[in-house]
Amino acid sequence: MTQRVHYDDVSLVYPGSTKPAVSHLELDIAEGEFLVLVGPSGCGKSTSLRMLAGLEPISTGKIFIGDRDVTNVPAKDRDIAMVFQNYALYPHMSVAENMAFALKIQKVAKDEINRRVKDAAALLDLTDYLERKPKALSGGQRQRVAMGRAIVREPEVFLMDEPLSNLDAKLRVQTRTQIAALQRRLGTTTLYVTHDQVEAMTMGDRVAVLKDGILQQCASPRELYDNPANAFVGTFIGSPSMNIIPSLITEGGVDMNGFLVPIERDILGKASGHEVIVGVRPEDLILSAEGAEMTVTLVEELGADTYVYGTYPSPEGPVDLVARGQGLAAPKIGTNVKVNPQRTYVFDATGDQKRLS
Amino acid sequence: MEELTAGLTKVGTGLAAVAIFLGLLLVIFFIGARAKGKLQFPAAMIVFLGPAILLLAYGLIAPAFLTTVGSFQNPNGNEFVGFANYSWIFTTEANRTFLTNTAMWIIIAPLVSTGIGLMLALLLDRMRRESISKSLIFMPMAISFVGAGIIWGLVYEYRDPAETQVGLLSQVVMWLGVEEPPNWLLWQPWNNFLLMVIMIWIQVGFAMVVLSAAIKAIPGDVVEAAELDGATGWKLFSRVTIPMVRGTLIVVFTTIMIAVLKIFDIVRTMTNGNFGTQVVANEMYAQAFVQFDVGRGSALAVVLFVAVIPLIAYNVIQLRKERTIR
Repeated sequence: MTQRVHYDDVSLVYPGSTKPAVSHLELDIAEGEFLVLVGPSGCGKSTSLRMLAGLEPISTGKIFIGDRDVTNVPAKDRDIAMVFQNYALYPHMSVAENMAFALKIQKVAKDEINRRVKDAAALLDLTDYLERKPKALSGGQRQRVAMGRAIVREPEVFLMDEPLSNLDAKLRVQTRTQIAALQRRLGTTTLYVTHDQVEAMTMGDRVAVLKDGILQQCASPRELYDNPANAFVGTFIGSPSMNIIPSLITEGGVDMNGFLVPIERDILGKASGHEVIVGVRPEDLILSAEGAEMTVTLVEELGADTYVYGTYPSPEGPVDLVARGQGLAAPKIGTNVKVNPQRTYVFDATGDQKRLS
Repeated sequence: MEELTAGLTKVGTGLAAVAIFLGLLLVIFFIGARAKGKLQFPAAMIVFLGPAILLLAYGLIAPAFLTTVGSFQNPNGNEFVGFANYSWIFTTEANRTFLTNTAMWIIIAPLVSTGIGLMLALLLDRMRRESISKSLIFMPMAISFVGAGIIWGLVYEYRDPAETQVGLLSQVVMWLGVEEPPNWLLWQPWNNFLLMVIMIWIQVGFAMVVLSAAIKAIPGDVVEAAELDGATGWKLFSRVTIPMVRGTLIVVFTTIMIAVLKIFDIVRTMTNGNFGTQVVANEMYAQAFVQFDVGRGSALAVVLFVAVIPLIAYNVIQLRKERTIR
């Protein structure tokens, strides 16, 4: 039976460290949901997943699977299956034995084991490889065996710790869609960890963004993109990432080196100082006759789009901007162009850089 | 003064020998380097392999051959006697002792050493400051068998129960309530096991260090995966840890077995093969260099040699297998 998962104010401080690896994590994963934990390396995403697996201790807080408090339940009794980054296959067992191992330990009947292993192998296209040892398999096949080992368990929750990071780029894209489709088909609650925001956006029902052990925002991919809660989420999600432009508040908006970007007064009123951070997605920053001036440093022509990179002198020193060229002749490197933000996000310049607009 | 000059001459002769050897090498290399065309490869082979082959032939192959020939000859080595020496080994009633003793040695000592070594490797794996404990356990490895024999001779030392005890073992069992401990080294057939303890004491360190390295080489995520699959404690050990260090276990076991098969020093220093503790290697020594029956001594040496061959072959095959898997 698939179950919901609940992190109730979970923190972990490693002994000898003052900074928590995970701090007051409050997270709900609905029954059958595919939730992706994403963040830069060292943000605590793998640690959070391993706490749910029972491989990492919990300093304070509780973790629930369904209605069961598993905080102090050993890993083997949590009824979860995990896919590891390096697959962690048993090298001395064949593919079939690898998949059957957990069931054998649980003393499931032989017929039942055979049936489940066969079904999983058929599902993952491994039928011809059942007698092989992991060493005789390719990276993609090993990854599928690791998936199979999790599937035959029919667990309450799947955990996946960067399962695609050892595959080459092409296979990764392919497997990405396969895993997402497989999860929808099995309908098992899944927690998936990745550092790749494209993976997060394409696979997850919802995406939780972590930074320094603190949950920044948890929402659907669309929502994260359209309504980032703070400047970090804004820049982390989306490629190329959002432009961050420190700007001074003036009458009627913010000042971008003499160009006025109109922003409503009550939004700016919430700012904690004279300065705010204006966030503009590259596709919303267009070259135009009217706008703030920047010096072009690089032009990328990608066929459908042209991205113009430049430096802009902000009050906090020069910042790099990316603008979208609109089918016009691309500007030359070293020249000055004017960029005009069509849509802006306003973030507080201090503290957590919370979104004001 | 005379002694000094004699000494100096000796040193001089030694130096001269080294110089002649180096000169010879130079000449050989010089000639080898001048070889051109078709001769180049054979010349290189002779220059590099030649000295090693010569030394091996002189130090290993020739003696092995002569020993084999000697095993078919009479005590003086001047008459062929066929298989008489071999039939003497296997049919003489009195020889059963050293044959069964050696058989016991090569089964019990490697099994116990590997078993204890594996247990220690597992226990120490999670201990703090494990390097200190490991060094202590490994240290007997650095002691020669003769030295170990002398140390354990003190442990097994016998004194009349009425007197102050010197032997550690006697004193300990007396504290445990045994009033009259036996004279350990005369206590048949258990004295064999007391001698094996010395071998085990030495080999456990070796087994532990090698097995510990193998256990540490098991990837952490495989162990975690096994834990999530429900295998903990004994199941984890028997189904994951042991199979994953299986190759190393076999190599450790056979290596110790080879050492045990040749066991000589411990028996020689402790009992000299008396009181029912004789083994093949010590009997070989006794026959060849005490009784001066070169025929029987050689036959025993050949038996030992033949017994070691399958072990070494198996060991090499096992190592090769592991290499191809990698």
